[in-house]
Amino acid sequence: MTLIAGDYWSMLAGCLVAIPCAILGCYLVLRRMVMIGDAISHAVLPGIVLAFMLTDKMDTLPLLIGAGSLGMLTTFLIEFLHRKVRLQEDASIGVTFTWLFAIGVILVSTFVSNVHIDQECVLYGDLVNIPFDLMEIGGKEMGPVAIWTLGLVNLCVLAFVWIFYRQLFITTFDPSFAVAIGISATLWHYALMGAVSMVSVASFESVGAILVVAFLVAPAATAYLLTDNFKLMLGLSVLFGIASAILGYLLAISLNSSAAGGMVTVAGGIFGLVFVLSPRYGMFSKKLRTLFKVA
Amino acid sequence: MADQNTTSATPALEVHDLTVSYHSKPVLWGVDFTVPQGTLTGIMGPNGAGKSTLIKSIMGLVEMNSGFAHILGGPLEKVRQQVSYVPQRESVDWNFPASVLDVVLMGRYGKLGLFKRPRKADKEAALSCLEDVGLLPFKDRQIAQLSGGQQQRVFLARALAQDADIYFMDEPFAGVDAATEQAIINLLKKMREQGKTVFVVHHDLQTAPEYFDWMVFLNTRLVANGPTKKVFTQEVLKETYGGKLSLLVQVGDLLAEEGLPPRKG
Amino acid sequence: MNWLEFITFDNALIRNVVLGSTLLALSSSVVGCFTLLRKRALVGDAVSHSVLPGVCLAFLFQGTKDPLVLLIGAFITGWLSLLTIDLITKRSRIPEDAATGLVLSVFFGVGILLLTYIQHLPNLANQSGLDSFLFGNILSISEKDLYVFGAVAICLLTCVWLFYKEFQVLSFDEGYASTIGMPVKGLRLLLTTLTVLAVVVGIQSVGVVLMAALLITPAAAARFLTNRLGPMVIIAAIIGATAGLTGTFISSAFRTPTGPWIVMALSIMALGAFFFAPKQGILAKWIRQRHWNRQIQDENILKAIFQFQLDNNSNDPVQTETLIKWRPMEAKQLRSGLKRLSSQGYLEQNNGWLLTQVGQKRGERITRLHRLWETYLTKYLKIAPDHVHEDAESIEHIITPELELELEKLLDYPEKDPHDSSIPRS
Ligand SMILES: Nc1ncnc2c1ncn2[C@@H]1O[C@H](COP(=O)(O)OP(=O)(O)OP(=O)(O)O)[C@@H](O)[C@H]1O
Ligand SMILES: [Mg+2]
Repeated sequence: MTLIAGDYWSMLAGCLVAIPCAILGCYLVLRRMVMIGDAISHAVLPGIVLAFMLTDKMDTLPLLIGAGSLGMLTTFLIEFLHRKVRLQEDASIGVTFTWLFAIGVILVSTFVSNVHIDQECVLYGDLVNIPFDLMEIGGKEMGPVAIWTLGLVNLCVLAFVWIFYRQLFITTFDPSFAVAIGISATLWHYALMGAVSMVSVASFESVGAILVVAFLVAPAATAYLLTDNFKLMLGLSVLFGIASAILGYLLAISLNSSAAGGMVTVAGGIFGLVFVLSPRYGMFSKKLRTLFKVA
Repeated sequence: MADQNTTSATPALEVHDLTVSYHSKPVLWGVDFTVPQGTLTGIMGPNGAGKSTLIKSIMGLVEMNSGFAHILGGPLEKVRQQVSYVPQRESVDWNFPASVLDVVLMGRYGKLGLFKRPRKADKEAALSCLEDVGLLPFKDRQIAQLSGGQQQRVFLARALAQDADIYFMDEPFAGVDAATEQAIINLLKKMREQGKTVFVVHHDLQTAPEYFDWMVFLNTRLVANGPTKKVFTQEVLKETYGGKLSLLVQVGDLLAEEGLPPRKG
Repeated sequence: MNWLEFITFDNALIRNVVLGSTLLALSSSVVGCFTLLRKRALVGDAVSHSVLPGVCLAFLFQGTKDPLVLLIGAFITGWLSLLTIDLITKRSRIPEDAATGLVLSVFFGVGILLLTYIQHLPNLANQSGLDSFLFGNILSISEKDLYVFGAVAICLLTCVWLFYKEFQVLSFDEGYASTIGMPVKGLRLLLTTLTVLAVVVGIQSVGVVLMAALLITPAAAARFLTNRLGPMVIIAAIIGATAGLTGTFISSAFRTPTGPWIVMALSIMALGAFFFAPKQGILAKWIRQRHWNRQIQDENILKAIFQFQLDNNSNDPVQTETLIKWRPMEAKQLRSGLKRLSSQGYLEQNNGWLLTQVGQKRGERITRLHRLWETYLTKYLKIAPDHVHEDAESIEHIITPELELELEKLLDYPEKDPHDSSIPRS
């Protein structure tokens, strides 16, 4: 197979989706909030469609904020159903995200007739077309718009976890201790969910609403099987994310199928490998250890 | 570290008419007591008596329906830096990818501002606390690879690293062997000699009178509060562990069932 | 498809589609009750996403859209996903929710890879129908397929009916089930199989992405309307069926996938249940609170008048202003309360306010309860006399006549409260 310039842009976009997802995914996995992340990534759909219907553009900052706030609304709604209505938590998640997602699909299928946003795009994005939507400043071509948007989101997420590393770390490990020493667990919970919402919206165009979860959880879970050092876990998960993005893209074009699907498949494959082989926390780690001791 | 205007006459803890409920069902009812500074206080009571809830409400982790708790004569917000909290060991996920030192360093986070990072001095303080609890050789271990008693000591070291004046510890002896328990209690006694006040939730009645010089007996309501010599009596024990007051339970159930609007403090 | 034909059920095929869609939704909702009660609601979500690769693989190998083959493919990967989740949580330290999210998204990703692969294959003319698995499109289903899925749905319902008792115990308390000698492992296996089957038939109308709703939402709504399993299953079935019916109608009108509309209908009914359920609903709770607030207000007014007269040793009418001074109350609330009480026959207006006989009795009772409770608190909770008033202020309104008797007996019919006021007794 031969790669053209556009393919490199697409691969870069894939990586730019994978990086922030992998980082935030580590927090979600450790906080047992993966399914809330799943719910958020589904639920931003109606926000995206509405913003799109109103502004007729795909990649503006208002979209990021507007649709992102719907992700926050999801978090509130789940909390509300769980705490105030007192519905059990898994059901609160299930009811909330299916409802919002259904609204999104209805909006897409009834009111929007545009090449940019259709049912397929909702499911698995459109990485291949990303290189063709170019940004122009003063008549000069500056590369694909999506790259700029994703790049900006990457910067935000990296700055967020870099600056507030301690707050996120402590509220993840021991929220009640955090509150006791005056660090608000609620505040950082919502800040994190806000970041997840923003990343979901930014990734939507590239990988769709559903496969984002795989980018969130697979690299993070893989890294979690390999290390006991949180910083290393963050680093490893980013590496796995990038590897899945690149290898997955190659797999997808060789099969002539969806790029996002390919990336997720590879991410799953990497997890499977590590799960079987990990020396410490894998499926056979006990056997491996005894084997090495004998040898 | 004590504030200028908190003299040793200021009580370490003053709990006033405290009522706390979960879903309108009171688990602490009109609890009202005062504990002076410089004591090593045992908080005693059967399972479900509300001991953890008492500490959590004092630390602002659960909402109070009525009443208040003052620490060193003021609300928690004013003295947060002087107060330390050791949760029950089961309250966190010990598989978390963190080393022993990482956890102990958390004790310093409260004093750092929003953007500041821990400095060398913080790290040294953390290391010396680890030494105090005898875990220095384990500083780089992942926390999952510690025994239950060692994990408990990690929490203790984290509390020490806060360098507070008042300590609340929820069952620090759970799952700890006798030798470690002795080491911890010696440490706590040493802290008391330095003028610190330590509250410990404890279950073992055999050792309690030897460990503590002040005791609080709880069973939904306050049963007794005072110096060990005065309150550690057969009568108080019988009342504390002799089961709940049936009338109180019935009224509590009624409150929960009707969802009566919570009282305003 | 013609609207009118649809509504009038003229066309036999349409009739079948509507009935079929209703039946499929119904059977999934019934099974969902058990997964919900076993706190495994999101596992259904994982299964439903995971059937996609199975469907695609079956199609790849067979090259046809034979429903039975697709069903088997779906069934296999659905099961496989559950086994994988189990394996990951048991054999590593990955928590269950992460394992669920991982399996769900990776299986789905593989499915998408296969689906797009199939769509781009040049010589498969018949492939387009696979899309309808994503969002469900029962309207495009053939009559023969409908019979197959209908039959599966009926099998499902029969199974639930046969094993109802066992599933009940299993969902309530697995440990107990094994102590009374139930084959817990086998039952769990059966229930899981039923869940997978429910997903497989449900996706015909709702699609893989939203299938979770069919398992979770009706059950969650039903849970709010009853506290018992039997009625819960029936209510869930009704909700599922209604949503299946309306969803199919609407989607045929708009010519869009059925799934989202069915889920929309489900969600609206569920939100309705959350808000308007007679006992556990938000509105009912809110009304109860209001009722309490009002009752507390009323009783406080009666108590205030009663005590005022008692303290001043007079039966003269009491002025509103005097009352406000005597017991600080919000003037507006006091006025409306006074009006309400006089219309209910507790008060009379006569140059001020006078207690009627019933009003007198009620005011006295509240005063008595207040003082009894204060006595109880000082005696049994060892609370200082100057700290008991607040608590009694709220408890006095809730004590039932039975508790009152018990309280009096326990305190040995006291004459005086801790503040040395006498406890009135009639
Ligand atoms: N989050 C909660 N939601 C509802 N009820 C709770 C909650 N936490 C505690 N309870 C209830 O409150 C009561 C007091 O609990 P608490 O944990 O304070 O007891 P404890 O004295 O610490 O007991 P133990 O010795 O078992 O630790 C118990 O009956 C418990 O069931
Ligand atoms: Mg406790």
